[in-house]
Amino acid sequence: MSETTADAHGAHDHHEGGFWSTYVFSLDHKMIARQFLWLGLIMMVVGGMLALIFRWQLAWPETQVWGFEWISDESEGMPEGYVTPNFYNMAVTMHATIMVFLVVMPILVGCFGNFLIPLMIGARDMAFPVLNMLSFWVAVLGAVIMTAGFFVEGGHAAAGWTGYAPLSTVPEYSGVFMGQTLWALSLFVLSFSSLMGSINYITTLINMRTEGMTWFRVPLVVWSLFVTAILGLLALPILGSAGAMMIFDRVFETNFFNPAKGGEPLLWQHLFWYFGHPEVYILILPGMGIASELLPVYCRKPIFGYRAMVYAMLAIAFLSWIVWGHHMFQSGMNPALGSAFMMTTLVIAIPSAIKTFNWLGTLWGGSIRFTVPMLHALAFVILFVIGGLSGIFMASNVVDIYIHDTYFIVAHFHYVIFGGSVFALFGGIQHWFPKMFGRSMDEALGKVHFWLTFIFFNMVFFPMHILGVGGHMRRIYNPLQYEFLQGMQPINVMITLSALALGLSQIPFVFNFFATVFRWNAKWFRVLTQAVSGLVVGFIGYKSAAVMFEGLMEPEASTGGRIVGTIVFVALTVWIYRYLEKNMAPLGADAPQNPWDANTLEWVAPTPAPHGNFGPTLPVVRRGPYEYSVPGESADWAPQTEAIDPKYAEAGH
Amino acid sequence: MNPVLEAPPKEKRERWEGAPPSPPPEPPDGNGGNGNGGGDDSRDSSPSGKPLLGNTQLAMLVLIAAEIMFFSGLIGAFLVFRFSGKPWPPPFQPRLPVEVTAVNTALLLLSSYTMVRAQLALKKGDAKALPRLLTVTGVLGVVFLAIQGYEWVRLVNFGLTASANVYGSLFYSIIGTHGFHVLSAVVWLVAVLVRAHLGKYSARNPNGVVACAMYWHLVVGLWPILFYLVYLL
Repeated sequence: MSETTADAHGAHDHHEGGFWSTYVFSLDHKMIARQFLWLGLIMMVVGGMLALIFRWQLAWPETQVWGFEWISDESEGMPEGYVTPNFYNMAVTMHATIMVFLVVMPILVGCFGNFLIPLMIGARDMAFPVLNMLSFWVAVLGAVIMTAGFFVEGGHAAAGWTGYAPLSTVPEYSGVFMGQTLWALSLFVLSFSSLMGSINYITTLINMRTEGMTWFRVPLVVWSLFVTAILGLLALPILGSAGAMMIFDRVFETNFFNPAKGGEPLLWQHLFWYFGHPEVYILILPGMGIASELLPVYCRKPIFGYRAMVYAMLAIAFLSWIVWGHHMFQSGMNPALGSAFMMTTLVIAIPSAIKTFNWLGTLWGGSIRFTVPMLHALAFVILFVIGGLSGIFMASNVVDIYIHDTYFIVAHFHYVIFGGSVFALFGGIQHWFPKMFGRSMDEALGKVHFWLTFIFFNMVFFPMHILGVGGHMRRIYNPLQYEFLQGMQPINVMITLSALALGLSQIPFVFNFFATVFRWNAKWFRVLTQAVSGLVVGFIGYKSAAVMFEGLMEPEASTGGRIVGTIVFVALTVWIYRYLEKNMAPLGADAPQNPWDANTLEWVAPTPAPHGNFGPTLPVVRRGPYEYSVPGESADWAPQTEAIDPKYAEAGH
Repeated sequence: MNPVLEAPPKEKRERWEGAPPSPPPEPPDGNGGNGNGGGDDSRDSSPSGKPLLGNTQLAMLVLIAAEIMFFSGLIGAFLVFRFSGKPWPPPFQPRLPVEVTAVNTALLLLSSYTMVRAQLALKKGDAKALPRLLTVTGVLGVVFLAIQGYEWVRLVNFGLTASANVYGSLFYSIIGTHGFHVLSAVVWLVAVLVRAHLGKYSARNPNGVVACAMYWHLVVGLWPILFYLVYLL
């Protein structure tokens, strides 16, 4: 087997030879998927940095941000490292925009969609490879336009990621000139990229399933990507038309959204949220799909209620079109209409609960393997439940009067998008990494990354519920300006400290990712990895211990705090160093063809999958994707290509 | 050769106490039971057969769905302003040229007819009629654009500009967006025409013409709706 893999790899993956056609303008869906992954991960760094900068401002308002003091005092954005109000608005706006459109969508939809759809349905590539390549490069163009906005006069868009008019359409209101136009233009361009992706996904999935791959043998993650593609196809043009109107308003001085000249600001909100709510499900549905995919593999059990899962996703997709008004309860809405939107919104709880209970049903009685992907899938289920439940509060329009635009909503959507989508994203990366790159990411490093991320994710976002109920507004430059918020400032400090820890927690992942991709397994690199990971945990432990000893508001820990902190620091550093020393596998070692004993078709393909994916003949599917631990069969898994023993087939009837 | 078929058998896992019963195994491609574990379903159309629609037609349908959503955004905006209770069209503004545009509408609809004729010619394998009919279609599209452009210039001279008021903003955005679509359809058609002259299409290889024709029909089909809304309503 390994020879065929090597041959196929050598013969097909590089037969075009050229660097440009292999790595840059590649037509291969797997390479395009990896390109989307890189794009998303790079933009994730930018989006995360922005978040840390405005978190700093919220915890220690109007102080110099550590590490940015070198900036000249003539800088428009952060003179001498101080966050100006305009810069704060921009950071918040761009954090959300980048995370939604240039991190979660490229990775979950672009990367996993491209990688998994052809492999899992037994196709050789997408239906339109050139369109697929264009889809990626148009996304890059969108990313370039979006990034360019940071460098123009007046700074980048600062009207919130929702871009509410007329703040966003009248340059004098926000002081942002070119930035907001580039923002709208970039979204317009990105919607084209997404459209091209959707055309490919839908066509490929409908027409190019292999023999025997009936609709109800399609793995759930592919189902979720199919539903996502349909949502993106229908929702993003609405954003495109709204964005076009915004560009017209700003460039050609039309009057769609400017009330001073007969425009209608609510029109923007309606169009934006008519796009925006399906968009929310574009972000979470692939996450749900990945969780549904990982749970059966690591429970060694069939997914509970496969068809219910499919129908629930279709129901969520349908309902997402009739709930947009719940974002606008406070914008001025007929109460009867508000109640109608409340009802439709609450109905979404039903398909979501079906999915949640099916995940629990899958877990029940399974022989769970606590691998890194599984930990992420479990975290997804836990955090999605919290995020889903807080959504019910927001959906009720009487409660919403109180918590609208407070930190409660910030907590809610971060539990769904970070706790849901991003945890699924990390889980998916580590689950499919062997097939994508031909090498397995390290489990021990992965566990360090997972637990740090899980703990500090909760420490960042759970207290935000409390802030929100306490009345902490969502978009606020300096919470200390309000007397009633001053008492909650320690919570803000704790959130920011945890956010910094959350940022540091990604370091083991970065090490793991690069070491595996580039096969860095030298002795010195392993020691460096262990040392840095140990120091990260130790440093976080030092700060945590000092804070516990001294209280949050003390800027400098006292001698006692330092001693306690140092003890914790040494203990944690040594512990993590030793743990990794003992448990880290050779970094970047070749992965077996099917490391997780999974059934679906991508694991039938050689590792890494060559051009055309499957060798001379396409696989023929003879069973469902989740038939684990079938009684009477010798193994607890069997690839979808394996026929069921006729003996047992008779027993079933 | 399928390597996984030879995968070594694994030891059977002991079933855990209290585990829910597994579904009975299903026969290959037979009628499924409850569908747990992604069961089979004989009612499904087998994907190995010939698909209902070719890739090109399907992709075009998907694109058309997206275009329709794009225009519904603009039309939604139009309806919001049209029915906001303000006098419509606003006073002291030039009126839109209904008669000329009605004739123009007829021309555009005619172009769809010639496009259908071109498709039929292709189906029959009429190599000469195809480029001729495509040319007629394209010329009709260009004439439509020319008349639209002429009317725009007149309207601007009369003082109806995009920045004057919402009425003008809507008119130029919606009609301009449609005009841009006609223009792109014409450009596409020219490309197809060149390839048709080179004899690249035949009854067995019609995809390029079919895709362009579907787009053309979309652009033509949108126009009567926009004409009714913007000019007549």
